[in-house]
Amino acid sequence: MKVLRDVTCPFCGCLCDDIRVTVEDGQLVEIHNGCALSQARFGEVKRDDNRHATPVIRIDGDSRPASYEEAMDHSIELLNQADHPLLYGWANTCCEAQKLGVELAEMLGASIDDTSSICHGPSTLGIQDTGYVSATLGTVKNRADFLIYWGCNPFHAHPRHISRYTVFPRGYFRGGREERKLVVVDPRRTTTSRIADLHLQPDLGGDFEVLNALRVMVNGGEVWGSEIAGIPAEELHQMAEEMKKAEFGALFFGLGLSMSRGRHRNVEAALQLVRDLNRHTKWIVMAMRGHYNVAGFNEVCAWETGYPFSVDFTRGYPRYNPGETSAVDLIRDHEVDAMMTVAADPVAHLPASVAREIRSMPTVAIDPFRTLTTEAADVVMPTQIAGIETPGTAYRMDGVPIELNQVVNPPEGLISDREVLTGLLERQRRLDLG
Amino acid sequence: MTELLLANGRVYDPKNGINGEIMDLPIRAGKIADRVSPRARKIDLRGRVVMPGGVDVHSHITGSKINAARIMRPEDVRRKIMPRTRLTRSATGLTVPNLYMIGYTYARMGYTTVMEGAVPALKARHTHEEMSAIPIIDKAAMILLGNNWLMMRYLADGEMELAREYASWFLEATKGYGIKIVNPGGTEAWGWGGNVEGIHDTVPHFDITPAEIVEGLQTINEELNLPTSVHLHPNGLGVPGNFATTLETLDLVKGRTPSTHRDQLLHIVHLQFHSYGGSSWRDFSSQADEVAKYLNSRDNITADAGAVVFGWSTTMTADGPFEHSLQSLTHNKWTNADVEAETGAGIVPHFYSRKNAVSAVQWCTGLELMLLARPEKIYLSTDNPNAGPFYRYPHVLRLLMDRKYRESLIERAHKVARRGILPSIDREYDLYEISMITRSQTAKALGMDDKGHLGEGADADVSVYDMEPGVKKGIERSLQNAFLVVKGGRIVVRDGDVTDTPSGRTLWTRCRPGKERDSMIDDLRDHFKYYSIQRANYAVAEEYVAGSTPNTPEVRD
Repeated sequence: MKVLRDVTCPFCGCLCDDIRVTVEDGQLVEIHNGCALSQARFGEVKRDDNRHATPVIRIDGDSRPASYEEAMDHSIELLNQADHPLLYGWANTCCEAQKLGVELAEMLGASIDDTSSICHGPSTLGIQDTGYVSATLGTVKNRADFLIYWGCNPFHAHPRHISRYTVFPRGYFRGGREERKLVVVDPRRTTTSRIADLHLQPDLGGDFEVLNALRVMVNGGEVWGSEIAGIPAEELHQMAEEMKKAEFGALFFGLGLSMSRGRHRNVEAALQLVRDLNRHTKWIVMAMRGHYNVAGFNEVCAWETGYPFSVDFTRGYPRYNPGETSAVDLIRDHEVDAMMTVAADPVAHLPASVAREIRSMPTVAIDPFRTLTTEAADVVMPTQIAGIETPGTAYRMDGVPIELNQVVNPPEGLISDREVLTGLLERQRRLDLG
Repeated sequence: MTELLLANGRVYDPKNGINGEIMDLPIRAGKIADRVSPRARKIDLRGRVVMPGGVDVHSHITGSKINAARIMRPEDVRRKIMPRTRLTRSATGLTVPNLYMIGYTYARMGYTTVMEGAVPALKARHTHEEMSAIPIIDKAAMILLGNNWLMMRYLADGEMELAREYASWFLEATKGYGIKIVNPGGTEAWGWGGNVEGIHDTVPHFDITPAEIVEGLQTINEELNLPTSVHLHPNGLGVPGNFATTLETLDLVKGRTPSTHRDQLLHIVHLQFHSYGGSSWRDFSSQADEVAKYLNSRDNITADAGAVVFGWSTTMTADGPFEHSLQSLTHNKWTNADVEAETGAGIVPHFYSRKNAVSAVQWCTGLELMLLARPEKIYLSTDNPNAGPFYRYPHVLRLLMDRKYRESLIERAHKVARRGILPSIDREYDLYEISMITRSQTAKALGMDDKGHLGEGADADVSVYDMEPGVKKGIERSLQNAFLVVKGGRIVVRDGDVTDTPSGRTLWTRCRPGKERDSMIDDLRDHFKYYSIQRANYAVAEEYVAGSTPNTPEVRD
């Protein structure tokens, strides 16, 4: 029995790196410090019904097991037959694989996009309009006395965010819960709102209005009406005053802003509010990134191509125009005619009409697990689980890069997605050199 | 074994005192050799100028700051695009280029080594991921220590041995090359939305002053015998009248001598931004003559210019409070990135307009500094991309070499440019001096013995330009597109085109542990409760800098 300390959890954007994992003979026994999501994530390796044991090739409805060599050859054939392939996914694997993916997309003249285009992509568009006044999570732990969670429920989606980074921890300048004020803005009542000092419940879709009202108040203007999107103006006034008086404030926002009506305009309003607050005191803002390395894809894609996501290489150089070059739009507009997914399940997560479209085109799925996407794919290449069975690098929601570990032995015969992508790249290079 | 003979070129190798002699350069196994066999590939360079590969002393090219700028500025990325070829990857970006644009552009200009100017330790892994992917050039990184909590506490308590031990551990953990200070104490104050006022102001909550931080770290730097001195971005960047603060800071190390064969105890980065007179934006002026005079009179200080180039830039610095004031002036987009217990950063796009009085003064200040200070003291930089993108270096060099061209731009700039001293300066750089400020002196200041010269045993990094001494026509184009560039003995550029893309090396420093290592580690163990990651996951593994060997200095007691 061996205890591995300071292991990184490859599940959500918190990327907690204090997990203790007990293993025996390269097999998982138990994990400590992990939240329920983390337990479930590591627990996947104990199941035997959720993985493919070998690559699979499906032709005319007949599936047969295949070798990686065969599967890679067939994948390259499918991708090269297409006029415009799309390489999609990437949020649940390491940066090293993502980097290879960008190179393959460039060689193929394909488009590449990650799951952020259906998640915090609008947040990035907001950032491109106004900038991003942010900080690392440890800064919040050490300094913040005023915290806002807006349009998110960390207790469910990022279970340790509150206890590890924001409200409860003891930092250099702050004791703990009693020295910090917590406000939740969410039309829903959630487990997070239950522990808040103040819960503001705007009308559904009212975020933009409330954020802008707060901006006006912070900037010393006047707001008409006694109620803003269902919240008494007086209550907002008081909040604006308190926000200005905070020593260090932090606003965290989730998909409640970026994926509700108004999208990047909502996010932009939140970013502007925080920017305005910096005239009075110190505030920062942060997007609650979901998958553990979705932020990493944006980093990798930016340093490789200049753009953070939704990149189209069909003209031999990167083009970026979300809404046109983003996955959902490319598929819905019949722009792409083949798809390779890596560590993502678009058939389950994209809109039904788009999922139908995916099922009708040649697809290659590279994923550790059986998913709706792998079960519909023409080629399936199962892989080791990044961060559990194979190491790598991932970026936390605040841009801090953390190493992922290998803690258990991978199933016999499976290789990593890095190796699969390297194999595909080698084949494509040979093809290009003709 | 690959052998090359670069024959009949006109060589400018200031370190070895070679000023325009026609010579043959033998290259073997990636190094400059004494001779090569008759089988060596011979390239005739008659009528061309040969210099060591360029060494950029200060440039921001990798890591969280520049990548945040790329993400924030898609409009910049699409301003310059080169499609992929069979050999090269797609290259994009004007002021915040992608990694491939950076490697190819530097190589095409004849630069083969670049120092990344400022890395937050917590995100050093990011810097190394990017550095290892930049093709062709060698890289190294300066790590930020001037607002680091544990360092400030050690220095405030007078625990110099522990502070030294921490610095040496810190450089190894981050795989850094040297110590960088940015706005000492000021960035920590920005954690509360403030700044420090002057070098004797106390840093909030830390009982230490900027002056004490600079003195302390400079002492440690010499005790550790690090290859380069502390690189310092002084307090008061970009503020009218800040030259007084700059000179006051430089006075701190008066009379001290460095531990190694380099000359300097402090290298001041982007001096242009620290050489202003006046008391507000109304009477904003250049104090370059004062500062240059001071610099010329001091043996133990060097600087790079941070020369302004008119046009777009993206300002990015660990000087968080400065970027906050810049965005409140220009209302451009603004990204801020505080890093727990260590530092911060800000990013604001900026346009230097030739018709704007402040921009014109800044432009004059950079050129005046370079024309008034000796080439031993001040080196070429645009603080890329703060004062301008690095690919405009040839333009700046032309301004230094060609007085007539300079005058024509002064004429086109805001009238303040004609009121200052710049029009009265006649000096023109010659090729020997150009080689000094871009090669021999920068390599010397960085303590890179194998770089910046063409003596036997030096790295075979060589650049060749289509130029003749005294001929000013076409200088800028020739410097932009080298005729030939050799990196580590391999030809990487011909006729301005990239012909080979080897991966460069990362240079870093590993100090030997001292006596206090264990008690320092005990302190660290406690200190990490203020971090959001575990101590075990902090250090960057050597795999991230694969293929590189550290420089190991002997500690001086």
